[in-house]
Amino acid sequence: MSKQITLTIDRRQVTVPEGTLVADAAKMAGIDIPVFCHHPKLEPVGMCRMCLVEIGRPVRDRATGQFVMENGAPKIQFMPKLETACTNKVEEGMVVLTQSEKAAEGQKGTIEFLLTSHPLDCPVCDKGGECPLQNLTMAHGPGKSRFIFDEKMRLDKMVPLGELIWLDRERCIQCARCIRFQDEIAGDSVIGFDDRGRRTQIVSFSEPGFDSVFSGNTTDICPVGALTTTDFRFGARPWELEAHASICTQCPVGCNTTLNTRREAKAGGKIVVKRVMPRQNEEVNEIWICDKGRFAYHYTEGKKRLTRPLARKDGKLLRVSWEAATKLAAENFLKAKKNFVILASGRLSNEDLFNLKSLADHSEGRAYLYSHIGGGELTSLVGVGEGTNFAKMGAGTTIVVIASNLYEEAPIWHLRVKQAAERGATLIVMNPRGTKLDRYASFVVRYAYGDEVKSVQELGKKGRIGDAFLKSENAVILYGSEGLGISGSAAVASACAKLLNDNGFVGKPNNGLIGVWGRANDQGAWEMGFEVEEDLAKVLKGKAVYIVGADPAADDPKLAKALEGAEFVAAQDVMETATTEIADVVLPAQAFTEREGTLTSGERRAQRFYPAVPVTGDAKPDFAITSQIARHMGVILEGTSVSAVFDILAASVKSFEGLNYAKLAEVKPQWPIVGRGDLYYGGTTYENTQGMGAQLSAAAARGEKVSIPRVQREAPPRPKENELLAVPVTKLYDRGTTVLPAELLHERIGDASLILHPDAAKSLGVEAGQAVNVSFNGVSGGAVVKLDDTIPVGVALIPRSMGLAIREPVPLKVK
Amino acid sequence: MSVLDPFVELLRGLGITFKTMLDKPVTFQYPEEKRQVRPRFRGRHVLKRYENGLEKCIGCSLCAAACPADAIFVEASENSDEKRFSPGERYASTYEINMLRCIYCGFCEDACPTEAIVLGDNYELSFYDRRSAIYTKEMLLEPVPTVEMTTPRKVEAGVFTRSVPEMKDPAD
Repeated sequence: MSKQITLTIDRRQVTVPEGTLVADAAKMAGIDIPVFCHHPKLEPVGMCRMCLVEIGRPVRDRATGQFVMENGAPKIQFMPKLETACTNKVEEGMVVLTQSEKAAEGQKGTIEFLLTSHPLDCPVCDKGGECPLQNLTMAHGPGKSRFIFDEKMRLDKMVPLGELIWLDRERCIQCARCIRFQDEIAGDSVIGFDDRGRRTQIVSFSEPGFDSVFSGNTTDICPVGALTTTDFRFGARPWELEAHASICTQCPVGCNTTLNTRREAKAGGKIVVKRVMPRQNEEVNEIWICDKGRFAYHYTEGKKRLTRPLARKDGKLLRVSWEAATKLAAENFLKAKKNFVILASGRLSNEDLFNLKSLADHSEGRAYLYSHIGGGELTSLVGVGEGTNFAKMGAGTTIVVIASNLYEEAPIWHLRVKQAAERGATLIVMNPRGTKLDRYASFVVRYAYGDEVKSVQELGKKGRIGDAFLKSENAVILYGSEGLGISGSAAVASACAKLLNDNGFVGKPNNGLIGVWGRANDQGAWEMGFEVEEDLAKVLKGKAVYIVGADPAADDPKLAKALEGAEFVAAQDVMETATTEIADVVLPAQAFTEREGTLTSGERRAQRFYPAVPVTGDAKPDFAITSQIARHMGVILEGTSVSAVFDILAASVKSFEGLNYAKLAEVKPQWPIVGRGDLYYGGTTYENTQGMGAQLSAAAARGEKVSIPRVQREAPPRPKENELLAVPVTKLYDRGTTVLPAELLHERIGDASLILHPDAAKSLGVEAGQAVNVSFNGVSGGAVVKLDDTIPVGVALIPRSMGLAIREPVPLKVK
Repeated sequence: MSVLDPFVELLRGLGITFKTMLDKPVTFQYPEEKRQVRPRFRGRHVLKRYENGLEKCIGCSLCAAACPADAIFVEASENSDEKRFSPGERYASTYEINMLRCIYCGFCEDACPTEAIVLGDNYELSFYDRRSAIYTKEMLLEPVPTVEMTTPRKVEAGVFTRSVPEMKDPAD
């Protein structure tokens, strides 16, 4: 533990760790020093001069180095002028006066200066009501200005920095919080200051504008209304919004969010989600969320929402009662006996998945997870262990990222792994092509597509990288599905798990294996014992299929064909999909915004989400629908109380042992303090009062014997002459059912693309941006060529969920 | 006391009656005849327009926030020069006042940064059902003097950039 320093702030004794800034020390003691440019997560700059205070330091005798005593106390010498509390570090015996007449005068003067160029258009400003400048003006500012209104700056008011973020140049107070966030935290230096003096302005110098997936966070920490999101522009006033705790369902990070809702005339008088804001959880997402989580929530309110149960009669889907629909499904499932198949996706909550798995276990059916990554059962064995927290990783910890582009697959993990590396953790990035994380890596390993397992095994051998890995105290491996199908990723997972297990990196905090899954709750499905299948078409054909929260028919024409050839299909989803069009029975489910439940993040943290908006139509929560079907099949499953399902789950699944809803709702004090009355300090991120969740225990930590099955990986197919090896990669903004309804993301989603090495493109005679026809594995379609010189020449990358169905590496032909 | 005294008193009383008969009557024959209200009377709200016909209301919702009876509902949208309702970036796309809830306190007038909402002199507010007590924006908006001034309308680009009228230096 670092040295503690005691100082006096406003006559109060405060003890804080060495190196703390005066502004933060005051905050810890509950004393508010007004700030604009200072942010506890950013490096100090002292640009705004708002935190002026009087600082006195004890006088030391030059000869002895001891304090000079005066009347029994150290003699304090105050500096003749005010100092900034945000750039001065605490010193032993320091005396700080934050509210003295002199300090108050300085703060008042700063506000008066700031307001000379501020438009004071609070009535139309989206920040109005949660604006630090507004609040601090009320608290510290002068009632009148001595400046002349006519000399105010007149600047552009509607400047799009990118299609997601707008800038109001007049409102900007040049605190550089946004620029520093992008430089220091996000690592995407895409905005900066231009010009100087009173003409200083924020500009974006990337193409497309503000090209960062963390851009929305700048609007949270902007202390004025200069940066606003396109999504929420003039949407509502902050005081009219209600706040509901939730969990982001877009990726396995499990960011804590707050859904702000309001009744809206434009939506026909319904209560709708107006914006998604981050909710502090320093162990998961700190106070940030990515733009996908912030803007892609629109699918829950989409026009294609299912509202009533439907059943096929004479080829048409007609409305039926819940009782009739579930009975019809149950009868067919019973009739199918061993041919009953459940296909569920990680979009569902733990409770839904548990009920589905129980139904499969109690009937003769089988439960499959709809995923493109395998090997998840190993994460339940080797962890990560309870207490794993990227924020605690630093020197001594090794983080390996293999076959995953975290920036595209799980942006907040990218951010946290980057920070751990900057704190001194050894970061080994192993990927066939360049990723944004390479810049922060201690070692970058570039292997050929297909050599994943071999590269993992190299880590356990002697050598520069192997030594760094084996000598570390803790090790975490994040594995993904870059260029891999189910069997490929399962082989990588097995190699990683074996490596970790052999070297004792299991069963402890900050040790173990993390899967970078495709969906929010894939981890939960693995814990529940779901299995994955490479050849889904074979599994579905001729069976009675119960598809929940997945749309295989749209993802892959082969699966659509297999479903058409299925005996019976019951599709349960939030909205109309290609699968519900094929289905014999369609069961409308509630969206995550309408119900309660829990999700398990990739770090194996079970977290609760809460209902925010009223239910659409007759939709029911997934676990209740499953329970109703089960009842008709003679299986009794809890179907009324979601917390009761969780209790049964905790009693039967070992890793959930000892958890319950009350425990998941526990919170503990977090630093920095955000989201209370003090919006000026941490931004408009919400305080976490609804629960930080709890991590699951790993089998290795429970003392169970861990045996890692050896998975042989088939060699990837060899492309013939004039063919390329097509491999699937993951793109953040894809055409998935939960992303596409968000229209403002369409520009970022783009078209199906084919990523080639420039040399490969040259030999094919195609250029970047050119539309080509590709055909592989019975799939053909159009794609736009993009170039990347970090990939091998003989390989073509195809992003998943962009219209071209690719599940594993296959040979491809370009026309 | 004289015997005539009762008669004198009677006549005096009738005198007042007679005098009053000649006075101008104070009764207004409502509803045929309507009484002029006082200058500061607080009646039904009116949403004002600028002289050029643009709506003064910018949809800031401060009236709704100030309303002690929660009678006002405002929803804002974005203006464009192609389809301009009010100066600046923001206008009220929905503006509703529930007249049954309103207590005519005038706080909304005080809160309004553009003097868009004014309590007028219409006091004839009675309804057959609760729904008709909700006044929409169309009912509250002042009529335009000429057709060209209707909103939304296309305006010259870059002219109406400010929502709140320019602040002036104090004259003294």
